Amino acid sequence: MSGGLATLYMSVIVLLPLSAVVWRSADHGTHGFWSAITNDQAVASLKLTVAASVIVAIVNAVMGTIIAWVLVRDSFRGQSIVNSLIDLPFALPTIVAGLTLLTLYGPRSPFGINAAYTKWSIYLALLFVTLPFVVRTVQPVLHELDQEMEEAAAALGARYGTIFRRIVLPNIGPAILSGVALAFARAVGEFGSVVLISGNQPFKTEVTSVFIFGRIESGDSTTAAAVSTELLVISLGVLLTIGAFRRRTTRHDRV
Amino acid sequence: MSKFGLRFVALGYLAAILVAPVSLIFWRTFEHGLHPVWVSLSSGNTLHALELTLIITAIAVPANTVFGIALALAIVRKRFPGKGIVNALVDLPLALSPVVVGLSLLLLYGRDGWIQLPFRVVFAVPGMVLATIFVSLPFVVREVVPVLREIGEEQEQAGATLGASSAQIFRRITLPAIRWGVAYGVVLTTARCLGEFGAVTVVSGRIVGQTETLTIHVEQSYDNFDVVGAYSASLVLALLAILTLVMMNVIKPKEPTQ
Amino acid sequence: MYYFPSIPVNNVNNPVRSLMPRIKIFGALAVLALALVGGASGASKDVKLNLVAYSTPAAAFAKIIPAFQATAAGKGVSFSQSYGASGDQARAVLSGLPADVIDLSLQPDMTTLVQAGVVGRDWNANKYKGFVTTSVVVFVVRDGNPKKIKTWDDLTKKGVDIITPNPFTSGGARWNVMAAYGTYLKETKSPTKAVAKLTQLFQNVSVQDKSARNALNTFLGGKGDVLLTYENEAILAQQNKQNVQYVIPKSTILIENPLAVTTKAPAEAKAFYNYLYTPAAQRLFAQTGYRPILKSVAKEFKFPARPDLFTIRTLGGWKKVQPQFFDPDKGIMATVERKVGGVTG
Repeated sequence: MSGGLATLYMSVIVLLPLSAVVWRSADHGTHGFWSAITNDQAVASLKLTVAASVIVAIVNAVMGTIIAWVLVRDSFRGQSIVNSLIDLPFALPTIVAGLTLLTLYGPRSPFGINAAYTKWSIYLALLFVTLPFVVRTVQPVLHELDQEMEEAAAALGARYGTIFRRIVLPNIGPAILSGVALAFARAVGEFGSVVLISGNQPFKTEVTSVFIFGRIESGDSTTAAAVSTELLVISLGVLLTIGAFRRRTTRHDRV
Repeated sequence: MSKFGLRFVALGYLAAILVAPVSLIFWRTFEHGLHPVWVSLSSGNTLHALELTLIITAIAVPANTVFGIALALAIVRKRFPGKGIVNALVDLPLALSPVVVGLSLLLLYGRDGWIQLPFRVVFAVPGMVLATIFVSLPFVVREVVPVLREIGEEQEQAGATLGASSAQIFRRITLPAIRWGVAYGVVLTTARCLGEFGAVTVVSGRIVGQTETLTIHVEQSYDNFDVVGAYSASLVLALLAILTLVMMNVIKPKEPTQ
Repeated sequence: MYYFPSIPVNNVNNPVRSLMPRIKIFGALAVLALALVGGASGASKDVKLNLVAYSTPAAAFAKIIPAFQATAAGKGVSFSQSYGASGDQARAVLSGLPADVIDLSLQPDMTTLVQAGVVGRDWNANKYKGFVTTSVVVFVVRDGNPKKIKTWDDLTKKGVDIITPNPFTSGGARWNVMAAYGTYLKETKSPTKAVAKLTQLFQNVSVQDKSARNALNTFLGGKGDVLLTYENEAILAQQNKQNVQYVIPKSTILIENPLAVTTKAPAEAKAFYNYLYTPAAQRLFAQTGYRPILKSVAKEFKFPARPDLFTIRTLGGWKKVQPQFFDPDKGIMATVERKVGGVTG
């Protein structure tokens, strides 16, 4: 019973609106859809967006794990404050993220770092908004991880690199992957912070969400819907693939 | 890598990516003193924007909590075809560009949309509530699913063999077991609702004093050269999110030492 | 220590309400809440007018509306106001945003409303062709204009960093493009050569913000040597204590902002519309940087006249120019952006 209601809720809130978008993208038939997504500006923006999102996802895999480690296994003054701050990117309006990054790393940077209106600014903005994902998926697993195996291995003389690689990593690997998938999915769709800091140069620093926005503003909602559908499929694909991979590896560990 | 090395790397990264921008918000807010901040925050438009944000959050959070728990139960405990897809769909709102979310709601509920209700949906508060529910949907589900997976069904099955009804099982066994997953999911959902901007802005119609949330107010202030206004509203949003986190920390009982 | 549930051992005695009745109650409350917030409207007997405008005239309307309400025609009239990007606002009205009086940045946005029947075909039949305010495209430069940027040709020189909004996301940016093209066409007398110069200009563009105001803020943030924007934007920024210095090139385009009343608007909307053409209202527009359309009021303010001022009609009118230049796939600007982005063919 609860399952049925829940599915209904999901359908009304998520599926129905998205179907409207997919429907609109089919306005000019499959030929129209295809020419919309093979538009060279769309393709250029997609290449840039996916590449940036992959880079950011990888950085998050590494840094997110390290941060989760430091928050779980380490202990220092102010640790709980640091922990609270991790979720801030969820609460801050993306425009604020863009504004502050612009001030810090733009033409008037107090650190002398001027990365605004380049590809680097895109990475910065995306790193900010995707910060919580890997950290929060890895933390619980790390917390539950029994340290006995690691201690045993250490007692037997294994170096920490080996311990990490052979004991810890297989256990937190699926969690890292989940976080990475989410970070990637969030990054490909990001708009508010990137639009302020990247310069939006078509074919150079224009991400797909800005391209879609431009099409909406030009009255070409069919192309906008088509490219949105494309982005949707990519995100869904990544989420599904990693979800399937996760299920397979988790089942492995089930006794 | 040594412990201090890791700590240094982690904190250094956080300092550059997270702490510096957030501190800047504090700095820019109070750059000209407290008075301009007070004037800005107590203006009618700001107060109304804050009120609207809180109302929307107060509707979206309970909705996503209740249905989030139901969804999590369905995903973990029930078998149905296409479960993997539903699982991925739950995460989809995290991935969608806000531009697309706004567009979808306009297409669905707008003047020539598929769904026509007796009251105005888009360019009014209901549309904004729907957009906010959409983007904050995944959090409770995602926090509850792993907990449900971990605790397994043994306790509930035990309850069933002892003659408890499913409502009793849920109330006395399941819910208490997942309550911290739920609580944390609520915190994340709240934070997300407070910070929602892109999708909401498309469906809001920007009617001054009526359909402007605090995040929309931030953009309007920035556009009107009111830097203090933009930053002080942002600060309020950040503090609200931190407050939610702190409250959860306060009500959580101390963990037993290992 | 962090916030994640530890697996509890024994937590059976927790009185929590069961789920199903909760869902039902909640569902009812939700629908009720939605209906309430959706259906709530002012219960006043006075007339309420819905003003939908682009972002810049907000400062002007802040003064004009109270002035109107002080007149006999405006007594008891209250306003709901919405400001945003011109194209966004037009689309919002098409999607159902209530509107009685509409003030937009450029004519094509109004035309979409005419085509949808929201605004009557006779909207521009008055002696002002439906425009309520005007302005011109200007160059905002750095203190003292170190790169001595004065003409549109200066913009094609190497090493000049130009900021303009993206013509596909900002309706206002189209005025910039047409001002440039119109000037180059007059100089070279050849459309091909004019487009070539336009391409050269865009080679120098380093940032294409999504809106004119964003572009202004980018420039003020330290990026670029020159910003292309409208005179009234520059003046408004100065009035808001922003450090803005601008140059009005000899050759530039007259920006004309359309105004209309919707077909279903109450009579008071027409009264407000007429009020906007009175000297009192036009003066208030001029005080926020617009060139008033009323010549008598224009004389009171010292807006510099430009020797080579032209209008969009010289270039064939928006009806011709809009698809020719700004069709997202086949327009001239699409080709320009492609060339500048390094894409061949």
